[in-house]
Amino acid sequence: MRRFVERHPFGALLIAVAVAIFVWLIFAVWPEWLVDAIGRKKTFVNTLLNGITLAGLYFLVASGFTLVFGLMRNVNLAHGSMYLLGAYIGYEVSEATGSWFLGLAVAFLAIALTGVLLQVLIFRRMEGEDLRQTLVTIGISIIAADLMLAVWTGTTYQFLPPEWLFGAAQLPIVSVIRSSGDAVYIVYPIYRLVVLAVAIAAGIALWLFLNRTRVGMMVRAGVNDREMLAASGVNVQLVFALVFAIGAGLAGMAGVIGGTALSIAPGEDIRYLLASLIVVIVGGLGSVTGAALGALLIGLAEQFGLAYFPTYGVVLTFLIMVVTLAVRPQGIMGGR
Amino acid sequence: MYRFAKKVLATAAVLALAGPAAAQDGPIKMGALATLEGAFTVLGEDGMRGVRMALEEFGYKAGGREIELITGSSDASPDSAIRAARKLVEQDGVDILVGPLSGSEGLAVKDYAKTQPETTFVNGSSAAQDTTLRDPADNFFRFSTEGAQWMAGLGEYVYNEKGYRSVAVLAEDYSFPYTQVFGFLEPFCRLGGEAPADARFWVPIGNKDYSSVIAALPDDVDAIYVALGGADAVNFLTQYEQAGGQLPLIGGSITVDQTVLGSKGRTREFIIGTPSAGPISDTWDDPRWNAFVATYKEMFPDGFPSPSLFAHAYYINTKAVLLALEQIGGDLSDGQAKLRETLSTLEFETPTGMVHLDERRQAVADIFLTEVVVGPEGNLVNQTVKVIPQVSQTFGLSYEEFLEYGVVSRENPEC
Amino acid sequence: MDARRLFSGEFRLAELHPAKLLAALFLLAYPLFATDFFTYQIGAYALILGTIALSLMMLAGYGGMVSLAQLTVAGVAGYSMAIFGTNSVEVMGLGWPWYVTVPFAILLAALFSAFVGAISVRTEGIYTIMITLAIAVAFFYFVRQNYLIFNGFTGYAGIEPPTLLGVYWRDPVPFYYLSLAIAAAAYGAVLYVSRAPFGLALQAIRDNPRRMRALGFDVTLHRVAAYFLAGLVAGTAGVLMVWFNGRISPGSVGVDVVIDILVIAVVGGLKHPVGPFLGALVFVLLENFAIDLIDRERFNTVIGLTFLLVVLFSPDGLLGLFGRARDRLRRERHARREAQRVPSGERHPAGSLEET
Repeated sequence: MRRFVERHPFGALLIAVAVAIFVWLIFAVWPEWLVDAIGRKKTFVNTLLNGITLAGLYFLVASGFTLVFGLMRNVNLAHGSMYLLGAYIGYEVSEATGSWFLGLAVAFLAIALTGVLLQVLIFRRMEGEDLRQTLVTIGISIIAADLMLAVWTGTTYQFLPPEWLFGAAQLPIVSVIRSSGDAVYIVYPIYRLVVLAVAIAAGIALWLFLNRTRVGMMVRAGVNDREMLAASGVNVQLVFALVFAIGAGLAGMAGVIGGTALSIAPGEDIRYLLASLIVVIVGGLGSVTGAALGALLIGLAEQFGLAYFPTYGVVLTFLIMVVTLAVRPQGIMGGR
Repeated sequence: MYRFAKKVLATAAVLALAGPAAAQDGPIKMGALATLEGAFTVLGEDGMRGVRMALEEFGYKAGGREIELITGSSDASPDSAIRAARKLVEQDGVDILVGPLSGSEGLAVKDYAKTQPETTFVNGSSAAQDTTLRDPADNFFRFSTEGAQWMAGLGEYVYNEKGYRSVAVLAEDYSFPYTQVFGFLEPFCRLGGEAPADARFWVPIGNKDYSSVIAALPDDVDAIYVALGGADAVNFLTQYEQAGGQLPLIGGSITVDQTVLGSKGRTREFIIGTPSAGPISDTWDDPRWNAFVATYKEMFPDGFPSPSLFAHAYYINTKAVLLALEQIGGDLSDGQAKLRETLSTLEFETPTGMVHLDERRQAVADIFLTEVVVGPEGNLVNQTVKVIPQVSQTFGLSYEEFLEYGVVSRENPEC
Repeated sequence: MDARRLFSGEFRLAELHPAKLLAALFLLAYPLFATDFFTYQIGAYALILGTIALSLMMLAGYGGMVSLAQLTVAGVAGYSMAIFGTNSVEVMGLGWPWYVTVPFAILLAALFSAFVGAISVRTEGIYTIMITLAIAVAFFYFVRQNYLIFNGFTGYAGIEPPTLLGVYWRDPVPFYYLSLAIAAAAYGAVLYVSRAPFGLALQAIRDNPRRMRALGFDVTLHRVAAYFLAGLVAGTAGVLMVWFNGRISPGSVGVDVVIDILVIAVVGGLKHPVGPFLGALVFVLLENFAIDLIDRERFNTVIGLTFLLVVLFSPDGLLGLFGRARDRLRRERHARREAQRVPSGERHPAGSLEET
């Protein structure tokens, strides 16, 4: 860090000022002119938090997508269907047992199993045929969407999370000072903070898995050179199945977490597929860190778009994608 | 390589030659068009139940002629509605078409009706204002009410009874909510209420994450008027509760209906007391409505707990056709002139009161003002507060006066 | 084999395969015995969908770039017709005459297609499908939200083809011939381009971009140019599409329709330009008559299963299925005659569906 400051004194200063302004924006009570210029502080801080927590959800979905691609070069366009199926399965289980956490666990396991089955039964047979695999996943997603509609109809489902996850928490951030002198604090839903915590935990777990375990080492080796890994005596198929299980399981788990934060209904598969696509295109296919960065960018863009210019929110997201592709076609953290 | 293509084309040709057979004394062919695929399948199916109830009531016979029902399916997009309608009319040769389900489909089918003057079109449950208000088709009839009519009485009610003077508006960004907002605000603003443009929030349809919008809602209003439907409404209500929202709500016709109140998830006690208005009221204690519900439950044990407004609208529209056919003895000669004449002047009793048409073939009917209460089984239901009798499309104004309001939009009416 | 002779006067009728001649005659005579419904909603509609799928087939088959945005390109042309021409909704509708609007709409679509190409071809092949899908979905969300230019959820209605030479061009028979003429022209053009130096270079790029780059070809430029040409085809079909429906709304460019085009192209076959038309015909027949045969409710499962089976077992689509059956028949015949020669199939050199 010191070297960075020495080398780019001006850049470092700029970053320091930006961080200072940002911190001030969050913690200071906004003066009148600022409120006039960009609206109330409550809106700004809430939108910021929403963007970050939504990014957490996007990261959960997209990290599985990017993990599977990184190792197997398989663009799984049925990833959104896995998200939705996980949500429905989790709902059924938590409804039957009354335990939300059990629903979460079963969704992870069931979708992980589905992923393994897909890998073993279908994708293994067409290794190296990227495009054909992708077309197969499109076919699967069409059928899955229709069958899920048949089973769960078009009704909206919502989870009943444990009571302590529901409700709002008061954050130590002052929104405005009333004329009476009382400070009004920002209130924020607890559950969304939990989503963020889960996403961060999942990110750290993934990092530890990839960088600190033997299997993770194999995965990383496989990402760099599949043939070489196979030649050195590793059972590549086993590694593939494992990675597909983790990637799919993450989507299924995200289904329950996202379904609790928002809701489950037909069409969510496409929404989260699109989110994953854009997140990994921006972040860089195959990079978990890239997925985190991409998710943060897209989550913030979406929420600020929704709050400040609802009509053009989509365009903002899209613009980020186009600019990324123009400047860095392989994505922010993409290799090659 | 071409031989296969040829074979397929030959098959098509065989099918093509077996075109429609028009007959004047055989059975009358009635087409019914609803969304039997896609996310609105459940609603389309309930619409079809309404059609079957009416046909069953008449024993699939009217004016001495058999009625043959042919169903068509769309996926709620206007393009697919037109293709399905064209197939029913031009290929299956239906004499009368009942449908479609949603507003934008209705506008498309109205336009298509103009190109098929030999066929009579009767609405399903579509409720866009312009289907009959501006540039109506001579052969398109609507015995069900539309989005602005559904709001009748609500604006006056919240102003006078609830004492609200200023409201924020949160609605989806397309024509149906525009119509509902217009229907609600027009009387509300006329009485002196306020809903400034910067307190109106238009969210993209299908938006699931309302947290940022909720944060942007103003605190200094008396209530929030919410016109969201289905999943969007469920999401908003949960997130509003989660965010600790305090303001009372006012509901659009599909914001606090059975599909939302009965959706899977937590019960939302904070919406008790939310007023709303619409074409039906589940708990209306009236013999006509009760009989309708009883028949529905008996015929369709696997249907909804109570007929939805889709079943209701399709039922009324189909019944109108059957009554008219009965009156004219099934005479469809002369380009169905007699049928249209009879339909225009028909006045009949429905499960929700009397219905007749205005000069643009749009229904004038009763509207129900409701409020969310705790039902006998502990669930939330809509209780009828009062019935607004015989609401017309122009709210009692003349056609020309009403047109001066202009097309429904985000800013209409201003106040 | 050289289609260029078609344009240089060396073309002789006798060279034409009798089956091709019969198919052409059938297509020309079709409205004589088909009802209006079959002429318009089955015939013309299949030709239009086939033409859009043809633009996808051209990119995927010859260029190895599966673009899911071809319907979106057609949608751009359709929306342009409504925005610059006339419509019955009181939004936009600048009222330009049709002979300005139509070329302009097609050009705009082609430029949009080239733009899609430009941002998607610089990356690895598999990115294409993701980026184009993202573009297609984003376009759908955008037109649904934007009221100023695209009139949002409602979209546009009342978009009419011109009445020209005393013919109202949306009447079933004229419209059918219009669609047929355009489909035939697009078909011929794609066939021609595929055998012209540009098309051959494109196919070589598909098979080995590195070597082509080493040989001095501008790989990116070739690909973007292919997108531009495919955009012309899809844009023209888009104009027909909006005349066919008389309206355009976000639903016309929705994800399911985008996927339908892919299904049509893949099920028909990506190796020869006739594939997309075959796929379109099957699709349109299914779409219209499935409700009479099976429960319409599970229509998408039928479509999805067909697609999946084709991808899994016959990567060249129905055409490949047919080709294989023919090959087997021939082989059996040859075996019977104990012929020594290897059967010389007239399969086109168009490469495989797979990326290399």
